[in-house]
Amino acid sequence: MTTHTAHRSTSFPHRHLLGIEGLQPPEILHLLDLADEAVEVSRQVEKQKAVLRGRTQINLFFEASTRTQASFEIAGKRLGADVMNMSVATSSVKKGETLIDTAATLHAMRPDLLVVRHQSAGAVQLLARKVGCSVVNAGDGQHEHPTQALLDALTIRRHKGDIGGLTVAICGDIRHSRVARSNIILLNALGARVRVVAPSTLLPSGIHNMGVEVFTDMRKGLEGCDIVMMLRLQRERMSGAFVPSVREYFKYHGLDKEKLSFAKPDALVMHPGPMNRGVEIAAEVADGPQSLIKEQVEMGVAIRMAVLEALATHLPTK
Amino acid sequence: MAEKNNPLVLTNARVIDPALGLDEAGSVLVQDGKIVAVGAAANNQGAPEGAVKMDCGGAIVAPGLIDMGVTVGEPGAEHRETLESASQAAAAGGVTTMITSPDCDPIIDDPALVDFILRRARHTAIVNVHPMAALTKALEGREMSELGLLKEAGAVAFTNATIPVSNSQVFARILTYARDFDALVVHQAKDKDLAGSGVMNSGLRATWLGLGGVPREAEFIAIERDMRLVAMTKGKYHARLISCPQSARAIQIAKNDGLNVTAGISINHLTLNENDIANYRTFHKMSPPLRTEDDRLEMVKALADGTIDIIMSDHNPQDVETKRHPFAESEDGALGLETMLGAGMRLVHSGDVPLMKLLAAMTCNPADRLGLEAGRLSKGAPADLIVFDPERPWIVEKEKIRSRSKNTPFEDETLQGRVLTTLVAGRILYNIAA
Repeated sequence: MTTHTAHRSTSFPHRHLLGIEGLQPPEILHLLDLADEAVEVSRQVEKQKAVLRGRTQINLFFEASTRTQASFEIAGKRLGADVMNMSVATSSVKKGETLIDTAATLHAMRPDLLVVRHQSAGAVQLLARKVGCSVVNAGDGQHEHPTQALLDALTIRRHKGDIGGLTVAICGDIRHSRVARSNIILLNALGARVRVVAPSTLLPSGIHNMGVEVFTDMRKGLEGCDIVMMLRLQRERMSGAFVPSVREYFKYHGLDKEKLSFAKPDALVMHPGPMNRGVEIAAEVADGPQSLIKEQVEMGVAIRMAVLEALATHLPTK
Repeated sequence: MAEKNNPLVLTNARVIDPALGLDEAGSVLVQDGKIVAVGAAANNQGAPEGAVKMDCGGAIVAPGLIDMGVTVGEPGAEHRETLESASQAAAAGGVTTMITSPDCDPIIDDPALVDFILRRARHTAIVNVHPMAALTKALEGREMSELGLLKEAGAVAFTNATIPVSNSQVFARILTYARDFDALVVHQAKDKDLAGSGVMNSGLRATWLGLGGVPREAEFIAIERDMRLVAMTKGKYHARLISCPQSARAIQIAKNDGLNVTAGISINHLTLNENDIANYRTFHKMSPPLRTEDDRLEMVKALADGTIDIIMSDHNPQDVETKRHPFAESEDGALGLETMLGAGMRLVHSGDVPLMKLLAAMTCNPADRLGLEAGRLSKGAPADLIVFDPERPWIVEKEKIRSRSKNTPFEDETLQGRVLTTLVAGRILYNIAA
């Protein structure tokens, strides 16, 4: 067990997971390997490991999230950690405390792992500099969402074997999506061909230099794709600010059977959730045979177990 | 009258087609609503069997006019103008295609309403009608309308009519989004705050008349903003109506920079000036306002040098309910469908603009910008034609105006150059002798 752990510590040399940017391909693959093992653990009747026994994990969510928070909570508990959830609704942040003061307070409670989601880009990195424990970015503004990109990669790899050489189309609100940014970096690192498909108003500036092919016509963008990743469109962006209406968005950028038929016949459909059926994806596709959406949720727990386990190797043992 | 299937030969004509640069004595041969042959050699084979011959007596045969600025009262103000009455006025003025403005009641901002206009036009109008749809929902300038669905329904372009989109972020996003559908954005540039409550051109005339003025800056600052946003977004833009030389210069710079930009002007701003307002004549109240004679001359130059691409009538029927008021309280707008060509001929007769240039601005230029087949005499194009006598004088008499409204700024004036016959898809829809 000790030698095993020592081997892994060289495979994942980082104390925090703040983003996909900066990770080397072998480090990413190492996390995916760990996650494959975690899937096995999670599918057993006895789902618990002792890697984090006696450790304290705090899930600090400044932005509401049911799914990601639950996923991290389950992951921590399956590894034996004591998990505590702090969400903004019940915290002193609402009373005007600054992020740094919150960090100092939490630091004094001596947690070992801090999982943080924040609405502002860069906030998690700032917090990581102010606390002594390992920090996992569970999404910071429109910047990164590394565990989402990792779980997407895990899901793809388990179905397609290898990510290198696949053509992946990321479709929808690229402009406001941290999922898109993390996935573009990760998929490129593992040798996939990445496309983005969106109306021009939902493409960020500089997109042509981000290592992707850009499409505004969804049928052309999906042609020959192995993976179609849909992104959620926020309600406030559907009624005239970025796109004129739900019906127009669905007609030109909603994934239905007809548009999906332009991708390869064995193309797989993914969505980070929560979905808007009838906005970015038709129910027939979301719940259809090519959909991996439910499986992504399972892989989410596994990848978070892998990440927590990898970071645990850096925790002080005395 | 020629039946639709009978071939028609227009003989003894001076055939002019700005799209081909053609100006020669000859004929035009029409069959099944399409142009078959044009020019000196058109009749070499002899007329086809059963062809109806029409001797033009040396008059000009040119493509029918495409009017990019037609406001109709239908739906919502049918007492002022219907698609039917507007189309009758259009045919008499040589306009074979009307591009309608979306500022009706209800505002044309839904695909079902585009469909309504097209259906009503098919059943009641005698000339072609292509609607423009609203650029923003309810023309409020806040939320973009469904450009994709509206275009599929048949909208040829998108405009906020005379209401500017003041919010630069909204306008930039619309230009960006429109690019995905290759949609043309037609915008009336205007700084609403600077224009304030002005009702005529700002300056000495306005001051003597005691009327609030609209400075030129209210237009060209907005045009300059628009040019910057087009550069930023790479959108496809048409300045609906420019009225001052500074705007023309901004357009010219943008064109030199390779931006996808064109500019339009109304026939009024090319042929009238603020002095025509005289003693508070409300038929001369328009937006943007008529400018000075110096401005007008500069705009004529901008047309001649190609900076301005398109002339429209800016046809806007208003009745006594909206015009018989003190100047400041009356509505903007003037009729134009029946007088656009006759008034435009003033610029030709004065030697300021070649006839070919004038016709291009009313035919192939708007056709090219809107992606229409019409507006040219090429083989296979729809036989939308006018026969007109460039010298024939006529007086604009109120009683003979075909529009339901009578607010012409050329009332009782003599125009030189008159349409004799108008054909749409090979059918004679207007004949002066009839």
